Amino acid sequence: MNSVTTFLTQDGGFWVLTLVKIALLLFIVLTVNAYLTWFERKVVALMQSRVGPHRVGPHGLLQPAADGLKFLFKEDVMPGGVDKFVYLLAPFLALTLALASLAVIPFGPNPLPFRFFGHQIDLFITNPSIGLLVLFSITALGVYGVALAGWASNSKYPLLGGLRSSAQMVSYELSMTMSVVGVLLMANSFSLTDIISQQDSSKYGLLSWNTFTFHGGFPQVVGFLCFFISAIAETNRVPFDLPEAESELVAGFHTEYSSFKFAMFFIAEYTSMITVSSLCAILFFGGWNSPFPATWTFTHYIPSLILIPSGLWVLFDGLKYETIFGKLVLPVVGTVIAGIGALLLAGIWIAPLHDVNEYIQGPFWLLSKILSFLFFYVWARGTLPRFRYDQLMNIGWKLLLPVSIANVIVTAAFVLFRSAS
Amino acid sequence: MVPTQYYLILSAILFGLGAVAFVVKRNIITIFMSIELMLNAVNLAFVAFSQAKGKLDGQVFVLFVIVVAAAEAAVGLGIIILTARNRRSLNIERVDLLKL
Amino acid sequence: MSPALFVFFLLAALAVIGALSLILQKHPIHSALSLIVVMVSLAGLYLLLGAEFVAAVQIIVYGGAIMVLFVFVIMLLNASAEEHTDFSKLAKFGGLPLALALTGLLAAAMIHDGGSVSNSGGTDITLASTSGISMMLFSTFVYPFELTSFLILVAIMGALVLAQREKKT
Repeated sequence: MNSVTTFLTQDGGFWVLTLVKIALLLFIVLTVNAYLTWFERKVVALMQSRVGPHRVGPHGLLQPAADGLKFLFKEDVMPGGVDKFVYLLAPFLALTLALASLAVIPFGPNPLPFRFFGHQIDLFITNPSIGLLVLFSITALGVYGVALAGWASNSKYPLLGGLRSSAQMVSYELSMTMSVVGVLLMANSFSLTDIISQQDSSKYGLLSWNTFTFHGGFPQVVGFLCFFISAIAETNRVPFDLPEAESELVAGFHTEYSSFKFAMFFIAEYTSMITVSSLCAILFFGGWNSPFPATWTFTHYIPSLILIPSGLWVLFDGLKYETIFGKLVLPVVGTVIAGIGALLLAGIWIAPLHDVNEYIQGPFWLLSKILSFLFFYVWARGTLPRFRYDQLMNIGWKLLLPVSIANVIVTAAFVLFRSAS
Repeated sequence: MVPTQYYLILSAILFGLGAVAFVVKRNIITIFMSIELMLNAVNLAFVAFSQAKGKLDGQVFVLFVIVVAAAEAAVGLGIIILTARNRRSLNIERVDLLKL
Repeated sequence: MSPALFVFFLLAALAVIGALSLILQKHPIHSALSLIVVMVSLAGLYLLLGAEFVAAVQIIVYGGAIMVLFVFVIMLLNASAEEHTDFSKLAKFGGLPLALALTGLLAAAMIHDGGSVSNSGGTDITLASTSGISMMLFSTFVYPFELTSFLILVAIMGALVLAQREKKT
């Protein structure tokens, strides 16, 4: 027992802690992915005046589980004449890279108040000084998953879809990287925690975020729009999803993939959506900073203000739900949510709960921003038609790239004049 | 701390392997890739020396080598595409006459 | 064995295996994938040497752009596995010893007393790698920097001219 303890208090503890964090993060992200598909289907359905999944479990909440089981049990077909190694490598590569990019995203400012055998538990897996460059490297390598999948399938439509998709990804990578340079000029660092801290001015709140800043550099509105549009194109989502559109190219580069390998591409796409949303939130919208100035301490109870009504709504909706399963599960879920909200609100009177409330402010704001960007993604999917391929490439090279370079020049000029005066 | 000699030996091994690949392989694209391997080996030597001497000049030179390799790859692959179109083969033994 | 030495041997083994695989594979796409493995392991080695910006540029430019170009060309030209060719007797029996001789000569030349190289001049590694490199790029090396941008422009024009379709006259 003693040797285990000494092992854990030295370097070994750091590795164990990192492994535990990775396992926890993977579990959380895969669950969020699954429910993101549910969210997307529900929201797109409501926009199209229909109901969406509502059979499997109350309000369709068990639909992702049913989909997962379906993927596991489907027959795994491998077409003849494929290059086996590359065919099996492509989805594996796509999934690994998409999940690896989550390692550098910080979820909160302060480490947990307790320590693991003397090691501090921060709310990120790693915080390298080139954090943003690591994310871009992973995005750059992500092209291979698509290109190799298209080629390895030994068939016309996947090859065309794969080539088009990878050409699109490479083109939009340029404007995506250039549109971030404005933020880097103002933050003077590649590290994501530094970029968020630079946007933290307790006096101004919302106005100190990089999109709206007027005391740091230049408002990065154009940069944000360029980044968001390039990111949608980079993740192959509507309106830029011609290479995988069903009416055009059957399913593009993942036509010949079935069951679990297709699920891997699917998970990779949704995970990159989550990564891009967190990047938008971190780089342009202040990360974990609250939109209200720090002096307005009553805003610290907004999480409770959101949780309690939604919990009560789920509770009352569950009580009059159609199926018995829904009548049992939904009220319980609603009570739990309302209970958490009430506990946080009770922080006004009870001191330890007050500390908990203060602690979750950062992660709460970051998660709500990530969720709103995910909603924008889904909203764009439900609303916009898709671009033709030549229109797509025109936008990438002739519109977004010059605009993002102009953004860099203007921001640099502003930063120079501010520092000179 | 890893001694600098280890990095230099690795760089020499990679360079030797790149040179062997350049001579042995018959596919034009693979020969071109072996040139990139040799350039990478040289980059490793540069960065190893940069760390050993404590100066940043080696890393700046590596950036220049990477940029030049990119430009060379773009033009070289254009030439390869044209050659493959004209000779209808990627085997370098077929590209041995000036006449098509 | 310190952790740094262990990581070094791991990445070095990965790089050498990738380079060997480049030679031994028959299909050019497998050679391309092996070269990508070499480049990523070299990026890891650069990180081990403390050159973080160079490591990131290596992956983004070399692994994410140049090798993508290679993979595209292999796919577009529909390259297939190599045909078997007969080597000359000299190549078959003299090849391996000559290759070993080349590698040994290079290694010996590089390791041989590097202390004779003067240590003056150049910028010290005091700042973070990125700031230091950018300072040097825009002050000491600004002329080569502008020349490389010109070089890239020429390369773009060259690639465009070479790859365009023949004009039907």
